[in-house]
Amino acid sequence: MRKALLPAALTLATLLVYPLTSFGQHATGADLFSGEQVYQNLCANCHGLDGGLVPNVDLGHGVFRQPYTDAQLVTVILKGIANTPMPANPSMSEEQAQLVVDYLRSRAVSSSGELSGDTLRGRALFEGRGDCRSCHMVAGTGSPLGPDLSRVGDTRSAAELTQSLRAPNALVQPNQRSYSVTTTDGTTVSGRLMNRDAFSVQLLDANGKLRSFQLSNVRSHRFADSPMPALGADWSDQDIADVVTYLTSLRAPAQGAKP
Amino acid sequence: MKRQLVAITAALLFNCTQAQVTFNQILDPSDQPQNWLSYSRTLNNQRHSPLKQIDTTNVADLELAWVWQAKSLEKFEATPLVVDGVLYTVQAPNDVIALDAASGRIFWTYHHEPAPSRTCCGRVNRGLAILGNTLFMGTVDSHLLAIDARSGSLLWDTVVADAGANYSITMPPMIVRDKVYIGTAGGDINIRGFVAAYDTTTGKELWKRHTIPGPGEPGNESWSGDSWKVGGAAIWNAGAFDEQANLVYWGTGNPAPDWDGRSRLGDNLWSDSVIALDADTGAMKWAYQFTPHDELDYDSTQVPVLADIEWKGAQRKVMLWANRNGLMYVLDRLTGEFLLGKPYVEVNWMTGFTPEGKPIRAPGMLPSAQGTLIKPHVHGAINWAPPSYSPTTGLFYVAHWENSGIIAIEGQFPQAIATNKRQTTMGDVALEPFFNNDDEARGVIRAYNPQTLEPVWAFELGNITWGGVLSTDGNLVFGGNKDGYFVALDARTGELLWKASLGGQVNSGPMSYSVDGKQYIAVAAGSGLFVFTTTEK
Repeated sequence: MRKALLPAALTLATLLVYPLTSFGQHATGADLFSGEQVYQNLCANCHGLDGGLVPNVDLGHGVFRQPYTDAQLVTVILKGIANTPMPANPSMSEEQAQLVVDYLRSRAVSSSGELSGDTLRGRALFEGRGDCRSCHMVAGTGSPLGPDLSRVGDTRSAAELTQSLRAPNALVQPNQRSYSVTTTDGTTVSGRLMNRDAFSVQLLDANGKLRSFQLSNVRSHRFADSPMPALGADWSDQDIADVVTYLTSLRAPAQGAKP
Repeated sequence: MKRQLVAITAALLFNCTQAQVTFNQILDPSDQPQNWLSYSRTLNNQRHSPLKQIDTTNVADLELAWVWQAKSLEKFEATPLVVDGVLYTVQAPNDVIALDAASGRIFWTYHHEPAPSRTCCGRVNRGLAILGNTLFMGTVDSHLLAIDARSGSLLWDTVVADAGANYSITMPPMIVRDKVYIGTAGGDINIRGFVAAYDTTTGKELWKRHTIPGPGEPGNESWSGDSWKVGGAAIWNAGAFDEQANLVYWGTGNPAPDWDGRSRLGDNLWSDSVIALDADTGAMKWAYQFTPHDELDYDSTQVPVLADIEWKGAQRKVMLWANRNGLMYVLDRLTGEFLLGKPYVEVNWMTGFTPEGKPIRAPGMLPSAQGTLIKPHVHGAINWAPPSYSPTTGLFYVAHWENSGIIAIEGQFPQAIATNKRQTTMGDVALEPFFNNDDEARGVIRAYNPQTLEPVWAFELGNITWGGVLSTDGNLVFGGNKDGYFVALDARTGELLWKASLGGQVNSGPMSYSVDGKQYIAVAAGSGLFVFTTTEK
């Protein structure tokens, strides 16, 4: 984006064409496709289709000027970076910027998913450096706050797991979404969404307590970003591959096997 | 990033390590009137709630608060647990459900897919136990599971017995300190009954006590030949605990084969008995056999009710027992001494007791080639459904059957009387028509004086019942039956104060809890859990 790339008319057209309802919390394949379209129309002219045209930045492999969070990346896309060729995009919506972020995160995952991993080293990273059991449970050990990973290898592919480590908000399973409730007295409670209906919301809050809220006592409620931190540049692709290999090894016991 | 992660997770870990339910709360929930922390609320199995917001003056205003429908066609026999606004129950056979106790909305489901197993009477479950943040459940394929009460995650899975050898679990586990106890069903199909203790943290077996003594142990001589090896005497219903004596109690099931004692001559100890074990070691401290050499499937797996009552001028720690064999008992629970026993329905198989409390068989009242009419029925006067005891009224409340009998034929399955083969059918989910005349089985809720075992009042239910009773400090008794009626009675008089038609058979014990100061009454019927409360007017 060394120069203003597209006329305002094209930006407006883009706004009309692309869906505005998707956040990272709900990113689907269609969302990622939409993100790719926005990227190609608005970003690729400077960054290149593979994201590697700007020095020291490789959008196709998750390499930015610094390890941005999703929210920070959205801000960069919308407001640009001062004193650099990266311009602001005032006509782009926050939702569209999020779609671009989701797409870039998924690109980074796909390109780092080819390394073979070491299960034992991955387990050591999971239990040690990553301290993952403080939010996740494996075989009865760990915390109930995050998704139970005891059998995650049965339900998630290596590519999906890699994506979840690098970009936790890119694709969150429906039963593992985060939610935030602000009651009429101003108290805000966030946690894992357990259930919701027209009249109430049920959460597992950050204290490990099951909470139920009647919407008649709620001022506002919304989906929230996952509390799972993205593993940034200080986690090498090999580290990620090792953790993913360990996670994909977590499966249900074979039929007839003793637990 | 790592520092951020650690900071977040350390805070979460701190909060997550807070225990939810302590054993002291289970043992003495007097400061937990809002909660229901074990199968019968207390380990003495009184199934009595101290809540009294709903009482005799306003129970007529009881209204449905919510219903939760199970995804199951099995009988709904579980009594829920409630911990600070969260209700836990079992969707038969072995799915654990966490619900918002005020609204019935679901938090989570833990699904257990049981391996193929053989059960005598349905793939059912009667409930859970809880300690800390861990729920415990026995499964019909004879596993004992520990499940995180916050998320529904499996913590450990221990194989209790071989489901392929006819062992299954339908009973609620019991917690004493750091141990969780469980036994198995299968006493009708050639198992040797036992109860075992497991470490609540690891699931490791700590001890195991067979109900039938092995060779060299006292009582083994009461089984002819090798019949002791497959003699049944299963433990398949809730137990009790006395802290002062440090004893755990369970009733034991019928000897096997059920209806033909010719291959197992002798008293068949300790089938149809209550056993008292050291809670720490499993050592047997005393046992009492209700029905020696049973040939009519008189399981003694009723829920033991412990009460401290005045007995001949002094306080005494007793055990109250309305047995399937038609007799009601008062035992000293510290020593096992027989204090009193008498029929509470029509009984013709015995004529009295020896001074030691052994029943004296009525002459000729045995299965015969031509058939002998024996009362009560093979289904008995009661089965597994839980009774209650109110410390407020001092009465023992039992939902049971009357006027039931059976034709006992040597070596054959007993035959129903006359033409009404369905007079005492098993419990089921859906309602079914009732045709019994006054000479055939019917259901009743009765209040008994524990000092005399004489009835104080009775409420006729019409159809028989597989449901238990609840008493409350609101001077109320709740119960239901196969017709799907759920009733509230005055605990002092038996007067009907309220009723609801639930559209499915009541096959569970009612319970009560409160959330945010509001009292609820819960009972399972059909495939649903029905919860009632009163609305301020």
